[in-house]
Amino acid sequence: MSCERGDSVLHAYFDNELDAQGAAEFERHLEHCAECAEALGNLKSLRSSLNAARLYQKAPASLRQKLLVELHSTKPIQVVPARKPWRWLAIAAAILLVAITGWQVISSRRGGDQETVLAAEAIDAHLRSLQPGHLTDVISTDQHTVKPWFDGKLDFAPPVRDFAEQGFQLQGGRLDVVHGRTIAALVYGRRKHLVSAFVWPTIEPDAAPRAGSEQGYQWIIWRKAGMEFCVVSDVAPADLGQLQRLFSE
Amino acid sequence: MSNPVQGKGSDVLDSQEQVRFETLVLPHLDAVYNLARWLLRSGADAEDIAQEAMLRSYRFFPGFHGGDVRAWLLQIVRNTCYTWMEKNRRENDMTEFDEELHAPPSTSPESLAIAGDDRQRLTHALESLPPRYREVIVLRELEGCSYKEIAAITSIPIGTVMSTLSRARRHLQLALAHPSRKEAHHEL
Repeated sequence: MSCERGDSVLHAYFDNELDAQGAAEFERHLEHCAECAEALGNLKSLRSSLNAARLYQKAPASLRQKLLVELHSTKPIQVVPARKPWRWLAIAAAILLVAITGWQVISSRRGGDQETVLAAEAIDAHLRSLQPGHLTDVISTDQHTVKPWFDGKLDFAPPVRDFAEQGFQLQGGRLDVVHGRTIAALVYGRRKHLVSAFVWPTIEPDAAPRAGSEQGYQWIIWRKAGMEFCVVSDVAPADLGQLQRLFSE
Repeated sequence: MSNPVQGKGSDVLDSQEQVRFETLVLPHLDAVYNLARWLLRSGADAEDIAQEAMLRSYRFFPGFHGGDVRAWLLQIVRNTCYTWMEKNRRENDMTEFDEELHAPPSTSPESLAIAGDDRQRLTHALESLPPRYREVIVLRELEGCSYKEIAAITSIPIGTVMSTLSRARRHLQLALAHPSRKEAHHEL
């Protein structure tokens, strides 16, 4: 381009990177510079063909899955504080532990169907939440406090309900990550036990509840009306079943 | 922004940090993969490098003290990609723009036949650019980054971002206008 304005300004204008004054000046310039006007038109058509071609490459599900397995196999490990001779031994032991648990996680999950994988992740999330200071991000027994707390933090509105009268007292909510997406976790108290109820939207059709247990924790997973639910706890299976029915009512 | 290269990093985060990592960083996995995919021009390599970059960011996470997490993360991805390209000696990727070297693969009759397919055509054109040009196009046009973010990710001054982007777009326009590129390079 031979216009003496230089085309950095043109590009900055096109990209909305000029301040108001700079943009106004350039617009005045555009009125008499056919060359810049044409170049601007070309940039617009380049952008619209790039948009139309949908070149954005989203991460494959397999990558997401691999990462989650990897990240969850690196659970906090107590490393002996640096006493030189022990240090390397501790590191070696940590690596071995990570390798073994990683391998176990992978082999125990490989071949599992989608629900089992999700449930395993939900159990991990539930276990994480039991660590000190990480149970709830919003502490309230009032569903009208918990529900609005999720506004703007999620791209969907989770159904937040209190079942205190039926023996499941709402204790609060938090954000959690299951299967690579941020989801709502609701925390209920059942006598002295805690139940995590994870909720996220799905495009899959409704599915009847499926239950299982892993590492001493029970889980039930189901889909209803565009939402997928997974409840996890160490309460008796019958109690968890009751909560599942309450949610589905 | 914190420099991901600084600091030793830790192999494991405590549970609270782990959740923070998963809430802040994991949602950008698409951005990570997209940048790696376009820099490396291969889905399989991108998957490996994206994974490596995510694990690196996990180790560096304690050194991240807030700010633009996507830019911080993409800086790590970019470094990981360049290290990989250097190691794997992809001559095409590391040399400066050269039309002869970068003759796009769309000269065969088969590929000319599919040149009508816009997606294919744009993919070829974008992949024919050298990585320094390709990355600014990907960051600006696909990822929607501001100049400031691009400057942070690529560690180049904003003024240079502007001129690189304008050159990159010109090359892309030429590559699209002349898929065979024979006529194009004399005009550059």
